[in-house]
Amino acid sequence: MSIKETLSVPLGSTSGPRLSRVVLAHGGGGQLTDALLREAVLPRLGNPMLNELLDAGFAADGQYAITIDGYVVQPLFFPGGDIGRLAISGTVNDLAVCGCRPVGIAMALILAEGLERRTLDRVMESVSITAKEADVSVITGDTKVVGRGHADGMYLTTAGIGIRRQGTRLNAGDIASGDVLLINGPIGEHGLAVMLAREMPEVDSVLQSDAAPLNGLIDTLLNAVPSVLFMRDATRSGLAGVAADLAAKTQRQIILDEEHIPVRTEALHAAEMLGLDPLDIANEGKVVVVVRKGDVHAALKAMRSHPLGRDACEIGRVGEARDGLCVLNTAIGGRRIVQKPYGEQLPRIC
Amino acid sequence: MKSIAADKQNLDALMARLGTAARRASRRLAFMEVCGTHTTSAFRCGLQSVLPENVRLISGPGCPVCVTSQADIDELIGLASKQAVVLCTYGDMLRVPGRSGSLEKIRSQGGRIEVVYSSLDAVALAQREPAHQVVFAAVGFETTAPSTAAAVYQARESGVKNFSVLASHKRIIPAMRALLADRENFKVDGFLCPGHVSVVIGSNAYLPIVRDYSVSCVIGGFEPTLLLSALTCLCELAVENKAALVNQYPQAVTPEGNRHAQSLLMGAFEPADARWRGMGAIPESGYNLRTEFAKYDARIRFGLITPEEREPKGCLCGQVISGKVEPPTCSLFGRACTPVNPIGPCMVSSEGTCAAWFKYKGRLSPYSETPLQETAV
Repeated sequence: MSIKETLSVPLGSTSGPRLSRVVLAHGGGGQLTDALLREAVLPRLGNPMLNELLDAGFAADGQYAITIDGYVVQPLFFPGGDIGRLAISGTVNDLAVCGCRPVGIAMALILAEGLERRTLDRVMESVSITAKEADVSVITGDTKVVGRGHADGMYLTTAGIGIRRQGTRLNAGDIASGDVLLINGPIGEHGLAVMLAREMPEVDSVLQSDAAPLNGLIDTLLNAVPSVLFMRDATRSGLAGVAADLAAKTQRQIILDEEHIPVRTEALHAAEMLGLDPLDIANEGKVVVVVRKGDVHAALKAMRSHPLGRDACEIGRVGEARDGLCVLNTAIGGRRIVQKPYGEQLPRIC
Repeated sequence: MKSIAADKQNLDALMARLGTAARRASRRLAFMEVCGTHTTSAFRCGLQSVLPENVRLISGPGCPVCVTSQADIDELIGLASKQAVVLCTYGDMLRVPGRSGSLEKIRSQGGRIEVVYSSLDAVALAQREPAHQVVFAAVGFETTAPSTAAAVYQARESGVKNFSVLASHKRIIPAMRALLADRENFKVDGFLCPGHVSVVIGSNAYLPIVRDYSVSCVIGGFEPTLLLSALTCLCELAVENKAALVNQYPQAVTPEGNRHAQSLLMGAFEPADARWRGMGAIPESGYNLRTEFAKYDARIRFGLITPEEREPKGCLCGQVISGKVEPPTCSLFGRACTPVNPIGPCMVSSEGTCAAWFKYKGRLSPYSETPLQETAV
C-alpha cells in the first residue's frame, strides 16, 4: 500500500500549506499531522512498515511489536486521570489494538527544574497503579531535567513491546461491505474533561477522562471472537479520525448511525458549549472494532462482560460504495460526511 | 446516557408539518440564518438533506470572524507582530489569514498570542504581567460584546493600566437592514434569527425589521429539532403570506432580552458605523468604546492607522456571508482554499459557511450552483 493510500486525504484536499515553521496544530493528530509526516518524515524514514502508520510497528517476522508515545498533557492532573495513567494506557492500548500482548514498558521522564517532588510522586504512583491494572511492568527508563520554564512541569515518553497473539486475523484489507463497527462506550469524555479542567476550571462538570488500559477488554474480545478484522483506539482525532482513516484505507464507504453513537448528555452539552463536534473529540479508553456481521452478537457479549465494555454497542457498518468516504446518517434522518479533523481543537490533551 | 438522537415522535410530526407547508407553498422558499452556530448545527445534522426540495436555508452574515473586515484583521495581525504586545484572542481568530500571515504563524515565529475563553482571562493576564501590554482582540456580535464591556469595567475597577481592547464588535439588526435595503435582489422569505444574540437583545429587537420590510423573523434554538421547528414556522408564515415575529426559543429568549448585559454593553460602548467583509460600511452596525473608556482602546493607545480594505484575490467570502453565492461557486473553494490551507475567513472559523460546507459535505452541492438571486423566486 502506498503512503498516499494510508493517509486520510479528504475530498478535494490539497497537499496542505508548506508552513515554514511548526504550528501547534501540527501536533493534533489530524490532517495537518498527516501532512507533516508526509512532507518531513516519510520521505526520509519511510519503509513498508512505517508507511502503514499503524499504532505500533512489527519486527522479528511480525512476532513482536513496538510502540512509542510522548505525553505533554496540561494540566498534569485532570478529572478521571493524569499524565501517568495516560502514558501507560496509551502505550498499552496501541499494542493491544494491533493484536499484541504488552510485555514491557520503557519510560523516559523529562522533568522541569522546580517541579514539586510530591507532584512527581503522585504521577509515579498513578503509573504504578495503571501498570498493575494492565498487568505490565516498566522495565527500563531514563530521567532528564531541563531548566525552569521548559517542559511545563513534566513530559513522559513511554515505549512498549508486545508479543503478537496467536490466531488473530486483524487485517483491514479483509474488510468488506456488510461488516459492522462497534465501540466499547460513550465518546468524547477525555478531551472534554481535560479541556474543561484547563480552560474553564470554574465550570463544575461531572465529566471524567476515560483513560484506561484496554488490553484486558481486548483480550476478552479476541478470546471470544478471534476473527476481529480491525481495531483502533479513537484517540486524538476522535471517532471521526478513526472512521475517516478506515474509509480512506479500505477505499470503502463507512456508514455511521448518529442515533447509535453513545454520547453522555453532559458531554453533548459541554461539546455544544465549546462549539465542538463530539465525533472529533479525543478518547483515551475507547476502541473501534470491526467484525463480520455474524460475529456482532458474540463480540458485543464479550465486550459487555468486561467493566470497560459495559456500554459496548454497534455504531455503523461498511457500505457498498467504494468511495473511501465516511458518511453519517444523522438523528434527524439526514446525511453528511465525516472527515478527519484538521488539527487540534484541544491542544495538549495527551 | 443518551445518544445524539432526536425525539423521534416529535421529529416525525415536525417533518410532516414542514412537508405540508412546503407543498402548499407551490414555489421556492428561501430563508436566511444569521448566526454562525445555526450554520454549523444545520450542517452537522445534515439539515439540508432532509428539507423539502423547494425549501432552502441560506447562510447569512452570522459568523463573527467571517464578517470582520479584512482591514480589521490586517490591523489586528499587524498589532500582534509588535514585540511588546501580548495578544489575547478567541481561538477562532488564530488561523484567519491576513496580508502578512495569521496569528498562528506569528505565534510560531515567537509572537505572544494567547487563546482565551473569556475576556476576563485577558484582564487577569494583564494583572499578572504588568510589564507587558495585553490587548484583547474583541470580535463578535451582541453575544460577546457585553463580556468585552465587562472586561473594560474590570480593568478600570482594578486599575489595570496595561490592558486594552481592539474591538470589531458587530450588531446584527443593522446588517439585516443592509441586506433588506436591496430588496429587489435579496429575495428571502424570512430570517431564522440567532439564539444567542437574541438572548441579549431580546425578541422585540426584530419588530422594526418585521414592520419596515414585511419579512418574518423567527428566533430558533440550536438542537436539530429546534432548528426544524423554527424553519417549519417560517414556512407556514410564508405560505400564509404573513410577516410576523415568532419566538421559537422562549426557554432562553425573552421579549426584552438580558437587561444587565445590555446595560453593561451600552455603558462601555456606543453604536458606530462599522466595516463588514463584503458588505462595506454599514451605519451604526458596530460599537466604539465611549470617550470615558478611550484609554482602553488599542487603536488610540497604539496610534493604529487602519489599513486599506483588500480582500484576498478571488475570494468570495464577502458574497458567501451576504448569502449571494454558496461556497462551491467560489473557484478557490476546496481547491486552493481548504481547512488545511485557508484563504478566506469563512474556511477557517468553525462557524464559517465554507468550513462547515467543506467539513460536512466536501465539495458536493445539493443545490444547483447558481447564485441565490436566480434560484429564489
